[in-house]
Amino acid sequence: MSKEPVIQIDNLSLSIGELDILCGVSFNVAAGQTLAIVGESGCGKSMTALAIMGLLPEGAIITSGSIKLNDRDLVGLPEGQMQNIRGNEISMIFQEPVLALDPLMPVGNQIAEALTAHVQTSSGDAMNEALSLLDRVGIPEAQKRLKQYPFELSGGMCQRIMIAIALACRPGVLIADEPTTALDVTIQAQILRLISSLGNELQTALVLITHDLGVVADMADQVAVMYGGSIVELGELDDIFARPGHPYTKALLRSIPRLDTIPKAELEVISGMVPDARNWPKGCRFHPRCTSAMPRCTIERPLLEPDGESPDHFVACWLTQEEKK
Amino acid sequence: MSSKPALLQVKDLKVHFPIRGGLFGAPEGYVRAVDGVSFDVAQGETFGLVGESGCGKTTTGSAILRMIRPTSGKIFFDGEDMGTVDKKSLFNIRRHMQIIFQDPASSLNPKISIAKSVGEPLFVHQGLRGKELKNRVDDLLETVGLPHQQANRYPHQFSGGQRQRIVIARALALRPKLVVCDEPVSALDVSVQSQVLNLLNSLQRDLGLAYLFISHDLSVVRHISDRVAVMYLGQIVEMAPTLELFENPQHPYTQTLIAAIPLPDPTAQRARKKIIVEGEIPSPANPPKGCAFHTRCPLAQNICKNEKPLLLERTPKHWSACHFEGARIDEPL
Repeated sequence: MSKEPVIQIDNLSLSIGELDILCGVSFNVAAGQTLAIVGESGCGKSMTALAIMGLLPEGAIITSGSIKLNDRDLVGLPEGQMQNIRGNEISMIFQEPVLALDPLMPVGNQIAEALTAHVQTSSGDAMNEALSLLDRVGIPEAQKRLKQYPFELSGGMCQRIMIAIALACRPGVLIADEPTTALDVTIQAQILRLISSLGNELQTALVLITHDLGVVADMADQVAVMYGGSIVELGELDDIFARPGHPYTKALLRSIPRLDTIPKAELEVISGMVPDARNWPKGCRFHPRCTSAMPRCTIERPLLEPDGESPDHFVACWLTQEEKK
Repeated sequence: MSSKPALLQVKDLKVHFPIRGGLFGAPEGYVRAVDGVSFDVAQGETFGLVGESGCGKTTTGSAILRMIRPTSGKIFFDGEDMGTVDKKSLFNIRRHMQIIFQDPASSLNPKISIAKSVGEPLFVHQGLRGKELKNRVDDLLETVGLPHQQANRYPHQFSGGQRQRIVIARALALRPKLVVCDEPVSALDVSVQSQVLNLLNSLQRDLGLAYLFISHDLSVVRHISDRVAVMYLGQIVEMAPTLELFENPQHPYTQTLIAAIPLPDPTAQRARKKIIVEGEIPSPANPPKGCAFHTRCPLAQNICKNEKPLLLERTPKHWSACHFEGARIDEPL
């Protein structure tokens, strides 16, 4: 990774009351690059996104670490300054586009609002810009759509509007939290193509949160696998898929039904269930479900360490670290 | 399989919902949710029904269970015409058909223990109570891999995957012949999804169940089904044995769907030809004339706009509804 990172998360920890939600999350994303965060419910992937956006729920406190946007730490920034950054330098698109939009405002005004909030522009100019943005995100009959409300548009259309709003101010960082999970497959393909072509053109650093390993393989340059509030594996896309290091990543890749496996064959399972913050297991949080757990795993928590083969591949597992020695 | 009569036969099923709002509530038009669907499901077979939102797959499932009344068409279950049987026989037939929904949390009553939920059908249909009922419930919970010691807990004390197991246990209580599974794993985490899929497969082997498996997820449908039908706007556009359908898809829509799933393998995904169809799914209240897919089909010709293609058996057991046999979406006609 030769390019300078636009966004750097370093050792970010977060808790809500007594509960540790995130523990030491670190990653960087450079301009034009895509980092995919993969994980199951409750692993902390969405919380990481909200922390970057400064949109944490009440009671959530960042206990340590930093979130640097072009060398400026966002942690502890006053809300007023955060408002200037949000939607301007960092934007986010959500899973449910229909819920994320204001139901009482025509979509054109919602796009224009993003512009007038951050750029010195007249409302007329903002509307014109909104019109061209609608064109850019592939909405036919843009002039007519401008005046429509979200309920008049399909889920795919609403997601295109969200993308237009998010990219209106050409942010350096875009966070997409499960952007296609609520959409049909053929529409998902359209939206993913749109996100990656616009991201490329604007050289946006993209943080893509998903549970779908197919979407990861299609979009990502780097992959961070999260489990139980921290990143358990981080590396280049091909490396992660070809040489997964963490037992969780390995099991996850083997447990999904794919288009090239034998139908009806027994799928490999990860036994047990996804843990939640109320009762994280001690030691490595994956150990109760891990088939290669050792005594050490039940006591001490492994940290992300280089896997020893590739400089950009990190694994948080005692087994990998012992094999390295 | 072919010698025995099918367990479930669906013949030209139509479900049209009126759009109210005309003068004195007269229908302004109809949503053609299911518009002439025919297929059959053999005993012990898994029949996958796949399609995008609004294609009518869930409505088809509900009509089969008689949760909604079909507008026209016939449904035979075990040789009996579901449309003509009286209420009492319908009650008896229904014990042989069960359903599992997508969201296990909303299919369980939060106020009663899971033992009660699972035991309810046994009480209603077989009058079991007391010790006998408890034993059966315990057996059922063990069958789906839950310890019977947890029988007195309430739904909120279980995870999503466990709740889906409870729903499965309840569906199996009356030893049904057919279980309609409507997106049974879509709400579950990936690592839990495979547990439930394995459970469904092993229950089928042990109990000889037939599944009507409804899903939007092609990889899951491919994994679990013996045969698959692809629906688009209320109609089946292609139907074939699973591997045949996925390896030799005939209808442009099926080809589109398969091409649209990103493969969880970066090398394979890069090597693939990217084919993305444009446009949105039309409304079933106002379906396009001719072939329903013509508005998005990259190969559409004049005939597609005017004439509706018939679902025909092109090769043995492989049915497809396209005017152009052997059409490939990545090659111009």
